[in-house]
Amino acid sequence: MQGRLNDGRNLRAEASEFIKPNDRLSSFERLEIYNRQYWFRLLDCLYDDYPGLLAVLGERKFLKFATAYLSRYPSDSFALRDLGARLEQFLCDEPHWSAPREALALDMVRFEWAQVVAFDGLSKPPITTDEILDTPPEKLRLELQPYLSLLALRYAVDDFLIALKKRTTDGLRAEASNAVESAPKATARKKRILLPARADIHLAVHRHDNRLYFKRLEPEAFAILSALNRGVTVENACVEAITSGKRNDGDWAARIKGWFQSWAALGWLCRAK
Amino acid sequence: MPANPFNAYTDYGIGIGLRVPHYRHILEKKPVVDWFEIISENFMVDGGRPLEVLDTILEQYRVVQHGVAIYFGSADKLNRDHLKKLKHLVKRTNTPWLSDHLCWGSVDGRYTHDLLPMPYTFAAARVAAQKIREARDFLEVPICVENVSSYAEFHASEMTEWEFLSEVVELADCGILLDVNNIYVSSKNHNFDPYDYLNNIPHHRVGQIHVAGHSKFEKYILDTHDHPVLDPVWEMYGHAIRRIGHTATLLEWDDRIPSFDEVHHEALKALKFQERQLAARVA
Repeated sequence: MQGRLNDGRNLRAEASEFIKPNDRLSSFERLEIYNRQYWFRLLDCLYDDYPGLLAVLGERKFLKFATAYLSRYPSDSFALRDLGARLEQFLCDEPHWSAPREALALDMVRFEWAQVVAFDGLSKPPITTDEILDTPPEKLRLELQPYLSLLALRYAVDDFLIALKKRTTDGLRAEASNAVESAPKATARKKRILLPARADIHLAVHRHDNRLYFKRLEPEAFAILSALNRGVTVENACVEAITSGKRNDGDWAARIKGWFQSWAALGWLCRAK
Repeated sequence: MPANPFNAYTDYGIGIGLRVPHYRHILEKKPVVDWFEIISENFMVDGGRPLEVLDTILEQYRVVQHGVAIYFGSADKLNRDHLKKLKHLVKRTNTPWLSDHLCWGSVDGRYTHDLLPMPYTFAAARVAAQKIREARDFLEVPICVENVSSYAEFHASEMTEWEFLSEVVELADCGILLDVNNIYVSSKNHNFDPYDYLNNIPHHRVGQIHVAGHSKFEKYILDTHDHPVLDPVWEMYGHAIRRIGHTATLLEWDDRIPSFDEVHHEALKALKFQERQLAARVA
């Protein structure tokens, strides 16, 4: 723990003003126990929830970055799950932390935050296929589930994170105990995973049967979903997506019908307010 | 006291904490457990797997809520958003009582996510008691406040910790979640006799007891909840229930969590002390 506060006051002197020493520890040392616990608890949370960002920045830089982030944005929620809510903002404000991989770091943090949202975000009653068909598309407005995030990314962060987690799982030692999730983390040989290549992808991060999934979408499908979420009617969303798309191939009607059937089956679509 | 107003006149036995590494075992094997304690904040979410698991557990087991973020001792007012979500959960679980800690941990809307000790002053006791009453009136469920383990004491304190706890619970007219391990840890860190603590609290207000393990360092003990309960803590537990009576008991094991069977086996060691207490009463 540093010996001075940010305003220059001597922390040892300050601590001794209000904390009693005992026969083993000074006032400063007693305060330091809490200081260590604070940083350990919060940094541990960021390490656990953002393994992809950790891999992009590297361990040494991630520790400094996370410490700076928490100094700038101390927790303002009783839930630790919200601790990383402003990581994207912080990376935008202070890009030097992720240089020279600014774009990759931003993609990764958006992807990992979307997983936090998908895990326990709000779910609304989904609209059924029959209900969709009952309303003319020029009048039908839909919303997406609150737990669903749409991400237009410049790197294949999904494949990278899957490979990263597989490496961790493969490294776990076998346990006879049924406490599988608490088994010790991999200590041995870590196979190097190459950082993701440049690739324009469109992802939906969601949950189904309360399990986390990320699904790659075709650009036109992504455009339709994004437009729906902006309050555009189904008809206009489809027209926008097709006319702004680069492809002229195939049967759009069949393709779009298939997408809506899939999205309805996944429970992504809700009636707009 | 076994059944009392602070545990809603229930007669719960020995429980363990509901922890993620044990979900699969519990859901598949359906072991016999008297009750589970959940950390309220882990289930104060809007949807997803946590609530799915909780609802499945509630179909077959009794559940009691234990919180870590009300911060009765903080100078800030109670967080209304937190209380609303907590009440929503109370209705979902039908918890017979709710517990949280006699501590502070937030300032100006910033959270430490820790359980920080309070100065033991009459002014601090009044503030905490008022917040406990407000929370109880809003949540409409009995509240038990837990004594925390601590590594620092304040020059400003006007009384001992057990006098402070007694003052708060009398002013608030609430129950006590007596954490025997926390008393032991604090007694070593602050050089007091833990039996003075046990003997000088209002026993009729104890609605629940916690036992847990801790870690010893060179100059202090840390409340880590990652070991079996040590013998001196079990002895203190035995003394507590001789004074208090057969009371709902919960083993906390929150880190380096072993198998469900190992944790449950550790918790059931409390039975030995309860049987001794019963035998002594009969004699």
